[in-house]
Amino acid sequence: MLEIKNLSWTAPDGRKIINDISLDIPNKKLIVITGPNGSGKTTLAKVIAGVETAESGSVLLDGEDISSLNITERAKKGIGFAFQQPVRFKGISVRDLLMLASGGTATDRQLEETLYKVGLQPEKYLHRDVDAHLSGGEIKRVEIATVLLRNSKFMLFDEPEAGIDIWSFNNLIDAFSSLKKNTDSSIIIISHQERILAIADEIVLLKNGRIKEHAAKDDIFPRLFCMNSENCGKKRCGCPKEVKA
Amino acid sequence: MNSITQDLLSIVADFGGKFEGAYNIRQDCQSVARQSTDNVKIENKTDGKPGIDIKIAPNTKGENVYIPACITKSDVDDLVYNDFYVGENADVTIIAGCGVHTDDSEASRHSGVHRFFLSKGAKVLYIEKHVGTGIDDGNRVINPVTDAEIGEGAILEMDTSQLGGVSASSRKCTIKLDKEAKLIIRERLMTDFNQTASTDFVVEVNGEDASVNLVSRSVAKGNSYQEYRSKIIGNARCTGHSECDGILADNGKVNAEPALIANCKDAELIHEAAIGKIAGEQILKLRTLGLTEEEAEATIINGFLK
Repeated sequence: MLEIKNLSWTAPDGRKIINDISLDIPNKKLIVITGPNGSGKTTLAKVIAGVETAESGSVLLDGEDISSLNITERAKKGIGFAFQQPVRFKGISVRDLLMLASGGTATDRQLEETLYKVGLQPEKYLHRDVDAHLSGGEIKRVEIATVLLRNSKFMLFDEPEAGIDIWSFNNLIDAFSSLKKNTDSSIIIISHQERILAIADEIVLLKNGRIKEHAAKDDIFPRLFCMNSENCGKKRCGCPKEVKA
Repeated sequence: MNSITQDLLSIVADFGGKFEGAYNIRQDCQSVARQSTDNVKIENKTDGKPGIDIKIAPNTKGENVYIPACITKSDVDDLVYNDFYVGENADVTIIAGCGVHTDDSEASRHSGVHRFFLSKGAKVLYIEKHVGTGIDDGNRVINPVTDAEIGEGAILEMDTSQLGGVSASSRKCTIKLDKEAKLIIRERLMTDFNQTASTDFVVEVNGEDASVNLVSRSVAKGNSYQEYRSKIIGNARCTGHSECDGILADNGKVNAEPALIANCKDAELIHEAAIGKIAGEQILKLRTLGLTEEEAEATIINGFLK
């Protein structure tokens, strides 16, 4: 279980990006964090993973305060993080990166199965470098695979849908659904995508660095798109049809 | 050969006690072991210069030829001329590394001038590893010169690497390509401390439909300094690609000066270059996989120079 208590983070220019956020993510739960651009979703993810340091508040993993741990230490404790914009490495193959992700323990079969889950054919990709020769969608799927392979206690995916084509997206939804069923871990996915929200157990809506709403998916889902829609000025109108119109 | 040579050979030529195939092992300015085969003849030069002629018969397939040179002590200045004559349609691998070992501040230097003459349809994979061993601040110099004439439809693939410990190196390559010939060069270079390294590639593409691909990757650490100059001259309808990537660490410096000269309107020449420190995002990603910052940096550099 991951517990976030009164977490705050301020940008170097003084803007409060995360403002006193508290959130519990129980094991075996998939929570989707959504909200408008600039609401603090990615920053929250980075603070949890230790990529950014919170100015106040704490993060507890299975009851242990990991707030003072750096990225490496948090990773070793069981925090897995898939970046929204994955980086490229010249000379490091997909296989190399996945083996690093698994701590050197993955079998060839595990590597292949993981790539299939994210919609990549192992025979085509395992030996390719994670460099500019991979498309944005391909490298995004490799990034997701690194977290799936770690089998972390807590997995965090930042906008996994970005840059992924529809066919691979279907695979991705299947992968997350299967992960949700078969893991004891807790999972956060940051997403705007309706189909990802649809597989959530709970949805958290962030706005201006604060939790605007946190509820079971069935409670919040029908109203959510209305709140995000640029076409609908009405807040919480409760009518998804209005949004679609 | 002495034990230092054996150690150096294990690094530069994967020596495991003996070589299979033709070989000439040079130690401290002289040949200490040599073997020819039916298809690969190794003989002393007859023009008075120190060195050997390596003659590879036409249609020789799958043979390895080992021509390593080792310097095992200080105050040695070795100059050698090795000429490789590769017969038509031969397909061989030539391993020609160099190791220099010094245990005090006196300098030792190896200058190897290799000339290649590839006949029509020949194919050569040329592997050249350079390394220096001994005291950290030893004065070890390696200056390789490679001149090659690649005949019609022939292929020369050069895989060169400098693995560390070399205080100064100067690599000069001058290569000419005939019709439908192909040249691939992969250079890997690592410098540290106050080491210096310079590379000069000059490639003349004289035959139609010939192609060139130069890829240089280097890491400059400590206070080291590297210079990279490449020039691809397209004198006919051809393709040429040059890529120079450098990683800077500490106070390392890299000066890259790539040049493309198209003397034919159908020459298609491309250059890519990027120099900079390791991207912070790369370190972060590997740290999220459980690596420390130092492990992440080493992983990135090792991959880059792989």
